[in-house]
Amino acid sequence: MKKVMSNKLVIALYVLPALFLITAVIYGPMILTGYYGLMDWTGIGEMTFIGLDNYKELIVDARFWDSAWHSLLLAIFSTLSLAVYLTISLILAGNIKGSNLLRKIYLIPMLMSSVAIAQLWIKIYDPNNGMLNSVLKMFGVENPPAWLADPKYVLAAIIIAILWQYAGFYIIIYYAALKGVPTELEEAAKIDGATPLQIAYKIKVPLIAGVIKVTIVLAIVGSLKYFDLIYVMTGGGPNGSSEVIASYMYKKAFDTYQFGYGSAVAFFLLIITLVVTWITRKFTADDEEVQY
Amino acid sequence: MQKKWSRRLMMMLAVGLIFILAACGGDDSETEGNESTSGDNESGSADEVVIDFMHLWPEGSSKQHYEIVNEIIAEYEEANEGVTIQTEILGNEQYKEKIRVLSTSNELPDVGMTWAAGYLVPYVDGNMFAPLDDVIEGPLADQFVSGTTEAFALDGTTYGLPLELNITPLYYNKRIFDENGVEVPTTYEELKTAIQTLADNGVTPITLGNKDKWTGSMWYMYLADRIGGPEVLNNAIDRSGSFEDPALIEAAAEIQELVDMGAFVNGYNGLGNDEAKGYFLNEQAAMYLMATWDLPEFTTNEDNPQEFRDSVEYMKFPTVEGGEGDENSFVGGPGVGLFVAEDSDVKDEAKDFVAFFVEKWGEQSVEKAGVIPATKVDTETLDLPEMYIDVLNDLNEATNLTLYADVQMSAAVADVHLDMIQALFGNAVTPEEFAENQENALAEEAGE
Repeated sequence: MKKVMSNKLVIALYVLPALFLITAVIYGPMILTGYYGLMDWTGIGEMTFIGLDNYKELIVDARFWDSAWHSLLLAIFSTLSLAVYLTISLILAGNIKGSNLLRKIYLIPMLMSSVAIAQLWIKIYDPNNGMLNSVLKMFGVENPPAWLADPKYVLAAIIIAILWQYAGFYIIIYYAALKGVPTELEEAAKIDGATPLQIAYKIKVPLIAGVIKVTIVLAIVGSLKYFDLIYVMTGGGPNGSSEVIASYMYKKAFDTYQFGYGSAVAFFLLIITLVVTWITRKFTADDEEVQY
Repeated sequence: MQKKWSRRLMMMLAVGLIFILAACGGDDSETEGNESTSGDNESGSADEVVIDFMHLWPEGSSKQHYEIVNEIIAEYEEANEGVTIQTEILGNEQYKEKIRVLSTSNELPDVGMTWAAGYLVPYVDGNMFAPLDDVIEGPLADQFVSGTTEAFALDGTTYGLPLELNITPLYYNKRIFDENGVEVPTTYEELKTAIQTLADNGVTPITLGNKDKWTGSMWYMYLADRIGGPEVLNNAIDRSGSFEDPALIEAAAEIQELVDMGAFVNGYNGLGNDEAKGYFLNEQAAMYLMATWDLPEFTTNEDNPQEFRDSVEYMKFPTVEGGEGDENSFVGGPGVGLFVAEDSDVKDEAKDFVAFFVEKWGEQSVEKAGVIPATKVDTETLDLPEMYIDVLNDLNEATNLTLYADVQMSAAVADVHLDMIQALFGNAVTPEEFAENQENALAEEAGE
């Protein structure tokens, strides 16, 4: 069997089906999107080659930069929220009572589909009958805001829903990583008189630094290309105040039939994401591999 | 031994790959097969004809529609021996997407469904839909309500046969009106007084789901019609007029006045149409402007309590004093229609089928599915809820039918229009900016 695996031809054959699929489903369309981005095309019928005109338009498109700003805000808050998830995971991993149950509760949003989550939050944010405003009224707030209708609050309202959606995912990752930290280290620290806080921040967190870096990249990239809740909850409105790059791309390509322009937005998003990923990796780069 | 192993593995992989490739190619061989059989038909004896028909009424979500379609197909197949109608059914959104994809590879079904005006343009430009004038002038002559097939015409040629027709009445809850001592308004001034009274009493006067934008557009269209007459908006869109017409700006200002009065439900710009409708269905709002596709909700739908359905009535959008429009001018238009693919190998059979379909559909759709067809309906012979009879009679008296603005416009301009509507309702633009932005978009597209 070992010999089989050393045969290059066999290796190639093993790789081939997956390679074929990934090319057909991911890389192929990616290149095609780049190609469409150079076209004036409605998505149906004739294409006209227009070179970089779509990108020139993009550079001065205020709506696009607004949506890019919103995506960036989402990325920033997603990254900041990781600290909260990490704290929760540290507490959960510290063998507190009922941590098993809590862990499962935190995971529930992960099990729901995006559309269901969106519907849930639409109900919560409903300006008149919604849970949030009912509670606010109970506490004597006279005119609670119409969360999803007010350009001032809509982005914040949606970001909270998105953070809620992904909380369980990151908590599970951190929890698993923390459980991988050998208990001997913790015991040794205890004997040396370290407080629980010191154990958490001086021993556990540095030991799972690799995982934290990965989650930072995941959070940033995931936020930049985020689409689902926004599309269902507000469609980017009102007046574009919750538009993000991906929803703007969808709107251009599929609602206004500017498939060429939409493709250009998509390709630009790909480039932004690649650059940001590269920068993030650069910033968090650390040659020392932690060894337990 | 080792060598044998590797050979066996390679064989397995090779066989596996063949299966994958065969599966990928399956589609092609199938369509080819279809084409060849239908090709035979045209040249030789017409024994077996297969018409592919795609529609968007799945059994799950549109049961009555689905059943009528099946009955019509069965009837047609019985009357025309050797003809088989093969259906493919998808929900609305998936349908739209699939049609787009099929059109790029020139594989449209022989018969399918389309929407009017702006939606048609790319397909007609791409020469994908067959002209249907011969069907309208031939077997279906004088069957359609006037103004309906025109919506499917481009440059004088008709490419679709409408199946549905909707107008937009202003529904109101009689019980809420009575409780607040509000009379049914007949003029716009009275409507505003009614709104003021309701708002003062803490009742939501009008529910509106303006997250979807086309909902607010209907309010704007009615005001534009009542102030400037039915032609102003149409002229602005077809470029024989301008969007900066004083009447169109005044209508926009009127919208903002309604907004400032608190006429619309709190948070309307963040509510979808379904959520907004919920307020009306739960008797939390007094009025709701929506097309007649919602009639079943207020008449036959058992999910809504009887008391509620009894208290819903409708009015024609009231006239504005000194305005040009009269109350028998409606915002509305045909919904989906049938197309025949230009590339179809069985075009003649397909045309014969659509003619048959439209006729049979017109006979059954109101009574069985609550859908008002685009063909004329004889109210005498039908057993219908009161509200339907009234609407059908109003339709006969209609002086004008203005097609939804976003449908009249091309997709790119419609997008500007809809965004502007949301901004107007959100007080984010002035009426002048509202008009100017749309004028610019329209002018730019027309190449002015």
